[in-house]
Amino acid sequence: MMKIDFSGLDPYMPVKGNAEDLDDEILAAPSFKLPVTVDFDGFQKAAVQMVKPAKGTTTLAFIFKDGVMVAADSRASMGGYISSQSVKKIIEINPYMLGTMAGGAADCQFWHRNLGIKCRLHELANKRRISVAGASKLLANILYSYRGMGLSVGTMIAGWDENGPGLYYVDSEGGRLKGTRFSVGSGSPYAYGVLDSGYRFDLSVEEAAELARRAIYHATFRDGASGGVASVYHVGPSGWKKLSGDDVGELHYSYYPVEPTAVEQEMADVPIA
Amino acid sequence: MSIFEYNGSALVAMVGKNCFAIASDRRLGVQLQTIATDFQKIYRIHHKLFIGLAGLATDAQTLYQRLVFRHKLYHLREERDMKPETFASLVSAVLYEKRFGPYFCQPVIAGLGDDDKPFICTMDSIGAKELAKDFVVAGTASESLYGACESMFKPDMEAEELFETISQALISSVDRDCLSGWGGHVYLVTPTEVTERILKGRMD
Repeated sequence: MMKIDFSGLDPYMPVKGNAEDLDDEILAAPSFKLPVTVDFDGFQKAAVQMVKPAKGTTTLAFIFKDGVMVAADSRASMGGYISSQSVKKIIEINPYMLGTMAGGAADCQFWHRNLGIKCRLHELANKRRISVAGASKLLANILYSYRGMGLSVGTMIAGWDENGPGLYYVDSEGGRLKGTRFSVGSGSPYAYGVLDSGYRFDLSVEEAAELARRAIYHATFRDGASGGVASVYHVGPSGWKKLSGDDVGELHYSYYPVEPTAVEQEMADVPIA
Repeated sequence: MSIFEYNGSALVAMVGKNCFAIASDRRLGVQLQTIATDFQKIYRIHHKLFIGLAGLATDAQTLYQRLVFRHKLYHLREERDMKPETFASLVSAVLYEKRFGPYFCQPVIAGLGDDDKPFICTMDSIGAKELAKDFVVAGTASESLYGACESMFKPDMEAEELFETISQALISSVDRDCLSGWGGHVYLVTPTEVTERILKGRMD
């Protein structure tokens, strides 16, 4: 298999101390053993089927005048079974940058942590923080080098750098898009519906947080694979801050309180004309 | 995904002391998309006999209409309501008629007999009856319902305790299932009265 040359992305500052150990452990581009098999595609398909949890998700992020708002649900499911209602789908890469998790949980967690290491090393080598564009490109290049090998990642990299707020969508197919409004996951069509109708650039932080929370809530309501807690983060000039984490079970009845009624309407056939 | 899991459902029936309860969730979905949260899954055949139909919603409605039709014919000929045992045999026979192209439904039947003895039973989609003395479950949340009922059920509960138990079992079970939930519907039947209650639940 051809390998992409990452040497241009690696830090050029010499590492002090026992450099060889570090070189092996951290600095080397991660590489994994490939299975010894004749039918690689068939093996790959079977392997992907085996490790496929955390498929259903709703995540969103958008840029507005005061920074970036990032929100997500917290459900992990395997088929119809809900395996967890308390997953952290917003990953804190560093105090100025967040990543969101959709697709394979292990793939997202591993490569975000890996990205965190790379960003820190960039900071140490260059004496300034990496840009959101640079960080997302680092991730996109890695994912592209594993393209077609069964990685499942759909992520948004949101943060604040020297150019102000930044937001990129990166996926395991190799795509990397810059934008102001994204939603990823099985619940994303529902989240987009709320987000697009309520979005304005000059939203205040409070309004933006409420819009994000509402979009996640509506997605959890319609999408069976999304649910749990709607968490909302804000990234501003001084870094990210978690604004809220509301249990959707309670959120529903605060948005739509029910007054007790005697008999509900019954489903009946349409009378024949 | 199995056709039995296309719409999503959770059904449970429990026996108490001279009473029974039958409960369902309220979701109608198309795979993972929630279409309605006020869907009826438990149908009343007569004032002391209920049938819950889990599985494919379109087949459940058609099957229900055929069962009502058959019960009406029985009523005209016999001038009395069916005993739960008789009705279970009827459902079984109607299902087996379609042995090689079945209704994709799993019924749960619950009723009070002549001497007010509670009767519950379930079936597979081609009519194999399974009678039980304690509780029966059906639907996409059936595995979690088995777990919840197995640990919460006690024999000879009074009506109010039975209601609490079946409601808790239902609500906690559907919280582990993507395809059912969005509220609950409970019928509590004693020799003197039938109580119908709507349960609030997590709407995700």
